[in-house]
Amino acid sequence: MSARPAMRGGLRLDGHKSRPLEQPVFVAAPPRTAVVALDQGSGEDARPLVTPGATVRVGTRVAAGRGGSADLHSPVSGVLREITVLPTPRGTGHCLVIDADGRDEPDPGIAPLDWQALEGTSLIERLDAGGIAGLGGAAFPAAAKLATGREAGVDRLLLNGAECEPWICCDDALMRERAGDVVLGARVMLAACGAARATIAVEDDKPQAIAALEAAVAVCGDGRVEVLGLPAVFPLGAEGPLIAAVTGREVPHDGLPPQVGVVCHNVGTAAAVARLVRDGMPCIARVVTVTGSGVRRPANIEARIGTPITELVAACDGYTEAPSPRHLIAGGSLTGRALATDAAGLTKGLNCVLVATADDLPPRGPEMPCIRCGDCATVCPAGLLPQQLHRAARSDDADGLARFGLADCIECGCCDYVCPSAIPLTARFRAARARHRQHEEQRRRATEARARYDRHQQRIAAEAEREREAFEDARRRARDGAERSEPASDASGGPERD
Amino acid sequence: MNAGNLLPAVAAVAALALLLGAALGWIASILRSNPGALVERIDALLPQTQCGRCLYPGCRPYAQAIAAGEADIDRCPPGGETTVRALATLLDRPPRPLNPRYGVTLPPRVAVIDEARCIGCTRCLPACPVDAIVGASRSMHTVIASQCTGCELCLPPCPVDCIAMVPISAPAVAAVGNARFASETA
Repeated sequence: MSARPAMRGGLRLDGHKSRPLEQPVFVAAPPRTAVVALDQGSGEDARPLVTPGATVRVGTRVAAGRGGSADLHSPVSGVLREITVLPTPRGTGHCLVIDADGRDEPDPGIAPLDWQALEGTSLIERLDAGGIAGLGGAAFPAAAKLATGREAGVDRLLLNGAECEPWICCDDALMRERAGDVVLGARVMLAACGAARATIAVEDDKPQAIAALEAAVAVCGDGRVEVLGLPAVFPLGAEGPLIAAVTGREVPHDGLPPQVGVVCHNVGTAAAVARLVRDGMPCIARVVTVTGSGVRRPANIEARIGTPITELVAACDGYTEAPSPRHLIAGGSLTGRALATDAAGLTKGLNCVLVATADDLPPRGPEMPCIRCGDCATVCPAGLLPQQLHRAARSDDADGLARFGLADCIECGCCDYVCPSAIPLTARFRAARARHRQHEEQRRRATEARARYDRHQQRIAAEAEREREAFEDARRRARDGAERSEPASDASGGPERD
Repeated sequence: MNAGNLLPAVAAVAALALLLGAALGWIASILRSNPGALVERIDALLPQTQCGRCLYPGCRPYAQAIAAGEADIDRCPPGGETTVRALATLLDRPPRPLNPRYGVTLPPRVAVIDEARCIGCTRCLPACPVDAIVGASRSMHTVIASQCTGCELCLPPCPVDCIAMVPISAPAVAAVGNARFASETA
C-alpha cells in the first residue's frame, strides 16, 4: 500500500504508545457499580427508560437517544439504584447508577443478527437500536451517519485507524488483536450505507496493525475492503484531514463528509458493529487506553461503559507514587480535556485516560505576548490563521472570529504546541466557541420571548376588546329592552290599572 | 476681463450646483431612515426579558422610546454592559455605564414556584409577560423554566410569597431534571 502525500500543516510527534502495547488488551471484570452517563459525549442527554429499582440485564435498553445521542444499554445485570447528577468525563451530568448483581446475565432479547439478509435501511435501524456510537471520541450515533451517507449516495466508506494522538493506542491494539472484527464491521457498514468500497486508513507507524488487517481482509476475501497506510502526521486522524488525505476531496467548511461521497467511521465503531451482528450484544464496552507516567502499568483495557475510572486505574496496578503533581486528562495530550475527578464512569466517547506527570507534559511556562511569528498558521491543518483568531478572541469580537473561521477550527492543539509564547490558543478558541454558543442560545431565547410577549399583548388587547364589546352589547340590549318594555308595560299595565 | 465672459461660467456652475443639490436631496429622501426599522434593530439588541425595569412596559416600548430620543440607552439591567455597548454601536453614541437607578445586572435567574405553598389564586398568570406560568384556579401553578425570562413580575402579585428567583445553575436543573425523569418514566 502506497503512502499518499501528507496533509496541510500538522506536526510529526514522538509517540508514547509502546508501553500499553507491550501486553494484549486486558479485559476488565464488569464493575460492581456502573455509572452510566446519559451524556456519552455527543448530543443531548439520552432519555431514561427505566425507573430506580428496575431490574436490568446486560444489554437491556435503559435510555433512548435523542438529538444527536445514541441509545444506551445496561453494561451489567443488576438493579438501577438511582438517576442522579455525578461527575462525567465532560463535567457533570445525569448518570444511571446501576448496582451489579455479579451474575452478568444477558438480556433475553439478545440474539445474533443475520445482517446479510437485511436491507440497507432496516440494517441501519438495527444498528441504531444497538446503540452504536462513534468510538473514536465523538460518540455520534453511527446509524445516523450511515443513514445520511445512504441518502447522499456515498461511494466510499472510510474507516479511521489513523490514531495520531501521541498517547492513545486503543485502536492500534484493537486492530492488532481484532482485525477480523474491524473487517466484518466494515462489510456490515458497506451493506448499510451502500458504498462501493471501504478503505481502512492506518498511519504507517502501526505496521503490526496493517499486517493484521491485511491478513483479515485476505481471509474474508471481500475485494471491496482495502487497507491504506498513511504517513504518521498529527492530526491526520481528524475527519476532515483524513478524508482529504485519502480521497483528495475537501469537505466544504459548512458541509458534512457525505457531500463529498464519503462516510467516515472509527475502526472501534466497526468492531462494535461486528460484535452487534455476531453476538447481538449492543455497544456496552469499549477499549480504552490508560496510560501516562502516573500509572504503574499502562495498558489498553476493554471495559464496560460506566466502569469508574478508578477501577480502570486499579486494573493498571494503580497510580504511581510520583511526587510531582498528576494531571488526569480525558483523551490525548493535545486534544484531551482535563478530568476533574477519577470518579467518572467510562463513556463511549472516552478513548484514553492519560495520567500525566510533569515528565510527560512539561509545564508550559508563563504566557507571553504574541510575537506574530506565524508558526501557528504553518501548522494549522484547517488552514486558519490562529494568531488573528486569538486577537479576535481576546477582544471578544464575534465578527472577527467568524471572519477568520473559528467554526472550522478542529481544536487539534497544533498551534498551542508550537507557540513560542506559550499562549493557550486552543483553550481560548474553545472558550470563544462556548461564549458564541451561549450568545446564540440567549438570542434564540430572546426571539422566543419576544414572540410570546407579542402574543400575550395581542391576547390582552383582544380580551379588552371583547369585554368592551360585551359591555356595549349589554348596554345596547338594556336600552333596547327598556324601549321595548315601555310600551309593553303600558299594554300589560293597562288592564291592571283598570 | 469683462463681466460678459464670466457669465457662462457662473451659469454653468450654478446649474451644476442646482442639479447636484436636487440629486442629493432625492437620494436623501430615498435613504431617509425608516423609524420603524430603527425600532426593530434596537429591539433586536434588547434581552426581551419584558421586565419593565426601564420603566417602559416592555422591551419594544423601550426600543420605541430610544428611537424617539425619549430615553437613554443605559436603562436595561438584564442586558447589562453588553447591551449598552451594542446599543451605543448601533446608534453611534459613546457607551456609558448602566444607570444604577434602574437596577443592577444579576446572573440569569428563573422563577420557581414552591408548589406546596401555592394556593392556586391565578394572580401570577396575567402578570407573566411571556405566559410562562401554567395553572388554573385552586390548582397548583408552575413555571415553565425554559420560557421564563426572569423578569420578576410574578413576585408582587403572589399573596403567599411562594415564588422564588433561583439562578440558572446545576442544582436547579438537577431538581427540575429529576422531577422530569420521574414523571416521564412513571
